[in-house]
Amino acid sequence: MVQFSEEKLNKVKEIIARYPEGKQKSALIPVLHLAQESFGGWLSAETMDYVASLLQIKPIEVYEVATFYSMFNLKPVGKYLFEVCQTGPCMVSGSDNIIDYIKSKLGIDVGETTADGMFTLKTVECLGACGYAPMMQLGKHYREHLTPAKVDEIIAECRAKAN
Amino acid sequence: MGRKLLLENAHIEGIRYYDTYRKNGGYAAAEKALKSMGPEAVLEEVKKSGLRGRGGAGFPTGMKWSFIAKPEGVPRYLVCNADESEPGTFKDRYLMEFIPHLLIEGLLISSFTLGANACYIYIRGEYAWIPDILEQAIQEAKNNGWLGKNILGTGFDLEIYVQRGAGAYICGEETALIESLEGKRGNPRIKPPFPAVKGLWQCPTVVNNVETLAAVVPIIKYGGDEYIKLGTGKSTGTKLISACGNINKPGVYEIEMNISVEEFIFSDEYCGGIKNGKRLKACIPGGSSVPVLPANLLLKTAKGETRMMTYESLADGGFATGSMLGSGGFIVMDEDQCIVKNTLTFARFYHHESCGQCSPCREGTGWMEKVLKNIETGKGKMSDIDLLWDIQRKIEGNTICPLGDAAAWPVAAAIRHFRDEFEWHVKNPEEALRRNYGLAHYADPLPVPAAV
Ligand SMILES: Cc1cc2nc3c(=O)[nH]c(=O)nc-3n(C[C@H](O)[C@H](O)[C@H](O)COP(=O)(O)O)c2cc1C
Ligand code: SF4
Ligand code: FES
Repeated sequence: MVQFSEEKLNKVKEIIARYPEGKQKSALIPVLHLAQESFGGWLSAETMDYVASLLQIKPIEVYEVATFYSMFNLKPVGKYLFEVCQTGPCMVSGSDNIIDYIKSKLGIDVGETTADGMFTLKTVECLGACGYAPMMQLGKHYREHLTPAKVDEIIAECRAKAN
Repeated sequence: MGRKLLLENAHIEGIRYYDTYRKNGGYAAAEKALKSMGPEAVLEEVKKSGLRGRGGAGFPTGMKWSFIAKPEGVPRYLVCNADESEPGTFKDRYLMEFIPHLLIEGLLISSFTLGANACYIYIRGEYAWIPDILEQAIQEAKNNGWLGKNILGTGFDLEIYVQRGAGAYICGEETALIESLEGKRGNPRIKPPFPAVKGLWQCPTVVNNVETLAAVVPIIKYGGDEYIKLGTGKSTGTKLISACGNINKPGVYEIEMNISVEEFIFSDEYCGGIKNGKRLKACIPGGSSVPVLPANLLLKTAKGETRMMTYESLADGGFATGSMLGSGGFIVMDEDQCIVKNTLTFARFYHHESCGQCSPCREGTGWMEKVLKNIETGKGKMSDIDLLWDIQRKIEGNTICPLGDAAAWPVAAAIRHFRDEFEWHVKNPEEALRRNYGLAHYADPLPVPAAV
């Protein structure tokens, strides 16, 4: 069953308190982020229904929003999600090569997850790091100035952390 | 060296924290605004400064503030637009990450001027580590009496909250942003009513860019008259430019709006020239939405004048031969870059980011992406080039929000200035898969029309 810890429930309360009386729907996106972090990196229907009940809104209002925003994963993803930017400025700085390198290194295509459930590769549009290209998002942080050697290091780092 | 106003103290170790920021003159402008000036005088100063919105459209900030409705008993809101998702733009991130108190101080002065007691910073979801930095700065400001109740004994109350988005470029558009803040999909609203009358929760709301709000601090500190002395004409003060692409020194630069494009690209103070000794082919000077220019139209206007880094000069010649300063996302391309491919990535971007409310935008962006992909991968026809032109023309001006225009302009400009590169792709599909068109004639000096 999905259920926030006491600490996370307090966080939800704190978020709701940022808005005027009766406007708790505004807390939806922040609470969905919290839910995605807490329940395995994606939003299941059960998770979304739980969020709806917490904010006292209809489940459909949550689905509508969860499907609109690209950061919400509606399917399970690997433990480590590589989100590589492929928009113009990154492309002119060699992002295609980085994407190809990750594909061959992990043996997966864009949108796929490795068989061990460790890595998912996703391409994304400009993340506001164009001057530090090529780059990707990994969890909360950016990895910038990517080279094949750096990609190797990142993969090794993830594997080490998972063990 | 150009004078810096926003990044003046950016090099100081620890400027991210309150004590250092305060020791270096921080919050003096807020004190002056709240204690000795009052809202009207601040508004006058901002008007006098000629400050224009740094989010892309360049609308005069003082004028925008004077439009806010003030019905009795209805709260007003200030919303700080930190969605920063226009490809090529990464300047607001720099300000928030390294000098968060400058933004907080700007929000305090601006909220005080507008009479807003709550302010929301809407930050793109991917900047996931920055809310922690901002929230820490907010807490520090609060601990030192700059936020909360009865600030400096003036009776003015203010709370600042940080709200993360979740990956949607369209939420940078102010009404989509407001919808998103209300916990909905980011579908832009039909205007009017404008946010200044009915914005967040149907209350009067001002939405301003991060850099705009930060610029209020030096304007109050030094005065509007001083601010106007920097820059030229209607491009007053300084502007942050985020430079990227094939240059030696990508990064965020604060420029006085009185330097030439050539100086910006080639001097060591800024971009440091083209990387690997290559030649300049093209540049998109103001974020992905603005027209791309070939080297020869970038450095000089069609009239043969030196092109400057100002709103007016970058727009000189209109869309026929000019571009825009936009958000200051400055994307440089060297001789090895393919204009068709670059345009394709932008078309894909806008297709991905269209909210889908208007059919010209929803269908047109997808169609443009498909046609461009065909041309890029050697499956294009000559008639596709005219088809692209036709599609973009039918999107422009026919949509609820300007994302439609933003999707149309890059395609139009690419065809306008680089038509022969598109034709070469169609005529030489196999060769085009192996190599790029190269510099061709795009840097050759253009004939300058004789003065009449
Ligand atoms: C599709 C679209 C995306 C936008 N994205 C941003 C953005 O990321 N940041 C921003 O400040 N303004 C953005 N804007 C402009 C805003 O709608 C608004 O004009 C701006 O926040 C006003 O602030 P300013 O007057 O301080 O520039 C965008 C506009 C459109 C149409
Ligand atoms: S122009 Fe595009 S993004 Fe803007 S409202 Fe219409 S469909 Fe949505
Ligand atoms: S284009 Fe990749 S971060 Fe902007």
